[in-house]
Amino acid sequence: MRAFTRLTAVAAALPEADIDTDRIIPARFVDRRPQDGLADCLFHDERFDGAGQERADFALNRPAWRDAGILVAGANFGCGSSREHAIFALLDYGIRAVLSPGASEIFANNAFENGLLMVTLPPDTVARLLTLLQARPGHRLTVDLERQVVADSDGTEAPFAIDPRRRRCLLEGLDTLSLTLRMTDRIAAFEARHPG
Amino acid sequence: MALTLFEKIWQAHLVAEEDGLGLLYIDRHFLQDGPRRKFEVLEEQGVGVRRPDRTFATVDHYPPTDGSPVEAMTHADRRRAIEDIGRDAARHGIPLYGLGDPRQGIVHVIGPEQGISLPGTTIVCNDSHTSTHGGVGAFAFGIGSTECGHVLATQTLWMRKPGTMRVTIEGTAADGIGADGIGAKDMALAVIARLGTAGAAGMVIEYAGSAVRALSVEGRLTLCNMSIEAGARSGMVAPDEATFAYLAGRAHAPTGAAWDAAVARWRTLASDDGAVFDREVRLDARSIEPVVTWGISPDQSLPIGGRVPDPATAPDAGRQAAWQRALDYMGLVPGTPLTGIAIDRVFIGSCTNGRIEDLRSAARIVAGRTIAVPGWVVPGSAQVKAQAEAEGLDAVFRQSGFDWRAPGCSMCVAQNGDVVPPGERCASTTNRNFIGRQGPGSRTHLMSPAMAAAAALTGRLTDVRTLAVGA
Repeated sequence: MRAFTRLTAVAAALPEADIDTDRIIPARFVDRRPQDGLADCLFHDERFDGAGQERADFALNRPAWRDAGILVAGANFGCGSSREHAIFALLDYGIRAVLSPGASEIFANNAFENGLLMVTLPPDTVARLLTLLQARPGHRLTVDLERQVVADSDGTEAPFAIDPRRRRCLLEGLDTLSLTLRMTDRIAAFEARHPG
Repeated sequence: MALTLFEKIWQAHLVAEEDGLGLLYIDRHFLQDGPRRKFEVLEEQGVGVRRPDRTFATVDHYPPTDGSPVEAMTHADRRRAIEDIGRDAARHGIPLYGLGDPRQGIVHVIGPEQGISLPGTTIVCNDSHTSTHGGVGAFAFGIGSTECGHVLATQTLWMRKPGTMRVTIEGTAADGIGADGIGAKDMALAVIARLGTAGAAGMVIEYAGSAVRALSVEGRLTLCNMSIEAGARSGMVAPDEATFAYLAGRAHAPTGAAWDAAVARWRTLASDDGAVFDREVRLDARSIEPVVTWGISPDQSLPIGGRVPDPATAPDAGRQAAWQRALDYMGLVPGTPLTGIAIDRVFIGSCTNGRIEDLRSAARIVAGRTIAVPGWVVPGSAQVKAQAEAEGLDAVFRQSGFDWRAPGCSMCVAQNGDVVPPGERCASTTNRNFIGRQGPGSRTHLMSPAMAAAAALTGRLTDVRTLAVGA
């Protein structure tokens, strides 16, 4: 897994709540192999019109947000399908962190497993950030996982909580499976006493 | 100490606890035709599948519904998805219900149907609607493909213990629903409308109450299926005599003395008297009517007697914007009676409503009549298809003008090429009305199979109770 320590990047605003994974990557692109690239599929049907032309009004098509590395989003981000391609599309586009009042659980797990940092912030903090980013498109934020803060260039800092194990794995780029494979004996002992 | 159904299953499957997380043992792991990521994880680590005997594979997202074999598939990526799972299953000794197998079908239909999904078990699959299997009293939930790799390699999964919510639905459902299992979809949509799309985030929902007890097992599967649309990790119904009767004799269910022992164990699973849930929600079944969605999220629904809402009356600014966006996408005008909305096509099927009872309830409505718009019926599994044909339901659907198709997910997720054309409005028995879910630009109204059948007959959203039911 790719390590995550600290990121300073342009943050784009997607204020809507309930942005589902069908919107993040439409189902018809899920048969593509991630190694072939999924950046062009990200938010495909909102970024492009039926003729394949960019829609000027979509957030990531705004010149100031084209190179965003951080998304600040509404509540329940990534709800719906469990498709991990949604994470691959975000990462392939260049997004390394999503800040929101809360993400769907399967989506958050998928993100964690692939080194995309999901930061949960209080709704009023997210609202403040959204207002700021919309007023100053192209504004950069810093997400510091070591210190567990989202920092703004004006000195404002918003602390966030994260599961200690997730934090450690992300900082060190450790994947969960490697850790669990060391526990094979305990799993075997459990299986010996567990009914079918 | 009094425990809930979920807590009993959780405790019985805990291999270890660290950092506030449980390492949960997984009893059943279902695989589908989808990304190979789960097997790539194994290849990266250089490990094999720990328990192929606890792993079951099928194909559902990509099969063509015209009944053609994999060799005839011309779309290279879809064909590869089906061939990949066949090759990976064979390589690792995992049983596969592939295209053409009489047991093939949507994973959430075949699990209970084959008796693979049993009370008290933990079940995972790389699909959010895995919550369906909770209808037989299992703890079942969707995971990502990397997590599937973890399960393949270790038969376990790390998880923070979810909270518990009990949704109690008491009473006898209103006239016209409930009597024959039609009511489960309406109950599911009513619960989501009550909770909101994230209202059960981080929770496992246990459905209880006399209206839930009165549901058939297939109805309970439908109810649990849509728990994910309220943000829940899983939904479950305590197993009872109906569950045992449903499972008895199924291919993978225990037999003989093992069956008796299993039933004895399953009887102890129900939540204890005095068990405490983190949150309790109550609904009166008599207030639940046939429900349809009008928007682009499963919680944007109303009883069929309602009107398209006006964003100006939304409870807050966020919902005002969300409703406006929904109306724009759906091409609807505030104040329009829902029964005045014309539809272009009908889809009956999916892991929500592709089971035999769903097809029976739809066939009962259309028998002897002719549908007004194109309609598809896609059985949830090959076994459902065979059963329906043995009962003559296929003939009823065909004579009324429906296309009778081969099993799979089909137009629910539109990954196999079955799509609702752009701008068209579909009355659908599926679980998601998201933007573009049934194809780019498609407009989806969710409803029960009986309501979809009624819409097919009139060409508009229709209260099924206003149609006299045929023989």
